[in-house]
Amino acid sequence: MPFVAPTLRLSLAQYRGILAHCYDGLPQEACGLLGGPVDTAGESLGEVSVIYPCANSDQSARTYTVDSRDLLQAMRDAESRGEELVGVWHSHTHTDAYPSDTDVRQAMEPGWIYAIVSLKHADPVLRAYRIRDGRTEEVDVDVAGL
Amino acid sequence: MAVEVKLPTLLRVHAGGAASVDAEGSTIGEVFSDLTARFPALKGNLVDDGGSLHKFVNVYRNDDDIRYLEALDTKVADGDVISILPAVAGG
Repeated sequence: MPFVAPTLRLSLAQYRGILAHCYDGLPQEACGLLGGPVDTAGESLGEVSVIYPCANSDQSARTYTVDSRDLLQAMRDAESRGEELVGVWHSHTHTDAYPSDTDVRQAMEPGWIYAIVSLKHADPVLRAYRIRDGRTEEVDVDVAGL
Repeated sequence: MAVEVKLPTLLRVHAGGAASVDAEGSTIGEVFSDLTARFPALKGNLVDDGGSLHKFVNVYRNDDDIRYLEALDTKVADGDVISILPAVAGG
């Protein structure tokens, strides 16, 4: 499949919702899922219709696992809307917004966008990536109105 | 018991590209044995070397995560839908 990088497009409300969820999760890593349209190959187009804040079942400041019940519920909701899960976000409480070795190793969905929110500095930083076959490529992030 | 097993995109290649396959068994473990007898490449993705549910996969009987039931000993009924989703995780 061609490695075409879309732009992650978020509304201001979605962006604020993601950041709020990350701050609410402190001191642990927070995570959530993104729902939206896909292309004919099943890959994210970068558009996000719904954000799904989820529980981190690891309850850890260093790792995350999206709670399995939240995962199923988000998937069912996206499908009911004729869409799919297209990505995931999680927070890095003390490191930069770049995929860790763990993130790369556990990235199972080549068509998804992986967003990371760093809370390392006074201001949060959100960056996004495609991760496939051990290769990481950053994608642009566009927040409407920001 | 005859059940439908829904496979995630990642595992479909091991089942001839099928998104959904029918399987037989009285428990999730038996359903998996039936599946892997027909599609051997699925085995390492569903159970670990100790025979337990693989850490990086979620399995649901209808809407219930089997980890909150009896894991691989969870009983199934005719018409149940078994959904398999890769865990979403990282650090």
